Amino acid sequence: MTRSRRYRLLATVFLIFLLTSGILNIFATAPLWAAEASAAGAAPSAPWWVWSLILLGFSFLVGIVSLLGGMGGGTLFVSIIGGFLPFHLDFVRCASLLVALTGALSAGPGLLRFGMGDLRLSMPAGLMTSVGAILGALVGLRLPAQVIQVSLGFLILGIVFIMLKAKRTEYPDVRVADPLSSFLGLRGAYLDRATGEEVAWQVRRTPLALLLFLAIGVVAGLFGIGAGWANVAVLNLVMGAPLKVAVGTSKLIVCLTDTAAAWIYLNSGAVLLVVVVPSIIGMMLGSWAGVNILVRLAPVRLRYIVIGLLLFAGIRSLLKGLGIWN
Amino acid sequence: MEMDKARKDDDLQLFYAWVMDRAAKAGFVLLLVTFAVYVSGVLEPYVPLADVPRYWSQPAPSYLRAAGIQPGWGWLKELHHGDFLNFGPIAILAGVTILGYVMVVGRFFRRRENILGWVIIVQVLILLLAASGIFKTGGH
Repeated sequence: MTRSRRYRLLATVFLIFLLTSGILNIFATAPLWAAEASAAGAAPSAPWWVWSLILLGFSFLVGIVSLLGGMGGGTLFVSIIGGFLPFHLDFVRCASLLVALTGALSAGPGLLRFGMGDLRLSMPAGLMTSVGAILGALVGLRLPAQVIQVSLGFLILGIVFIMLKAKRTEYPDVRVADPLSSFLGLRGAYLDRATGEEVAWQVRRTPLALLLFLAIGVVAGLFGIGAGWANVAVLNLVMGAPLKVAVGTSKLIVCLTDTAAAWIYLNSGAVLLVVVVPSIIGMMLGSWAGVNILVRLAPVRLRYIVIGLLLFAGIRSLLKGLGIWN
Repeated sequence: MEMDKARKDDDLQLFYAWVMDRAAKAGFVLLLVTFAVYVSGVLEPYVPLADVPRYWSQPAPSYLRAAGIQPGWGWLKELHHGDFLNFGPIAILAGVTILGYVMVVGRFFRRRENILGWVIIVQVLILLLAASGIFKTGGH
């Protein structure tokens, strides 16, 4: 048995233990919670563990789809979980930030080892996104949920438009680096394992990119997402970093963005463990399963599956926020 | 000279990756353990699990008021409760990048990359400010 299979088996056994112990605990105390719920006058439609299991299932599916679509998953997570499950957006956004953070922390070390994530390139960008994320989180936690839902709907429809229109470049041709990037030493080289060649890179338009990163941070904090898709677009299309470096460095930036935003949500009490932990476990298991599916599906089909799902989630979010489809 | 610089860059990135990897794994495993403690009822939670569905459709400030929870770092005094015990691993996960940056900042200054060294210091201060609880909404 390989090492990764052993880890997966251990994780599955642990998950089964977790759910079994939770369910047993609930059955042991069922009369008590039923009485308390009734006394409070707001009887929940189902006990917590049923919703946690549903959340686990949803997160698992979101984990698969987001991996197949090459996204971090935060945007899909917030729109789908916030749109269809009964949890308030405050808790969904906090869970989403922790999910995106855990995912980025898991991927970061590997990307750094292969030279696809560049620590130096991520530093000034992460500084700007983390400042933006704090501002976004502070504003987002004060706005009514309906406003967030409607804005999220528009954001997702905007992402769909960008996904349909934007053309990424594998190796952008940056002939002259801008003075700020030269001053900061933002350049490097990595070994492209697909071609076996070393790819040297430098970047351009750093001042504009830094302003865009600030805006990305605000969006991330506001909606509780990683916004890795936006980082990749700025790094690749605006700054001219090779696509692989952009994707890898984006994960390092997400670590900084979501750390800043997560602390604001944590300190504001937006943590519900029965939402956070099943979400993290579900997304991680979904990502593992997604890797196995990825090798069997055609890339073009994947792209349209993700675009279709985003379109549905965006319309749902918009209509829910407007009170048309509750 | 260029090769030497590339090797040193690699060392620095690898060290940061190592710190990140270990701290994130520790936080994730601890979170699974403390969540098992929480749902199995080994330690009594501050908010009974059965009451949680009553709060989850409310905004966070209403939940804090209704459940009598202090926002910010108040959870540190409640670690004997199964639910607040989970905040420790969550804080570890939210502290991984801060730890990683603190561990590499000296290496940047030693390599005379002072500008990036200062970028790291400013970044750590911003993240610590966010973590401090000065910026929060809701609660009492």
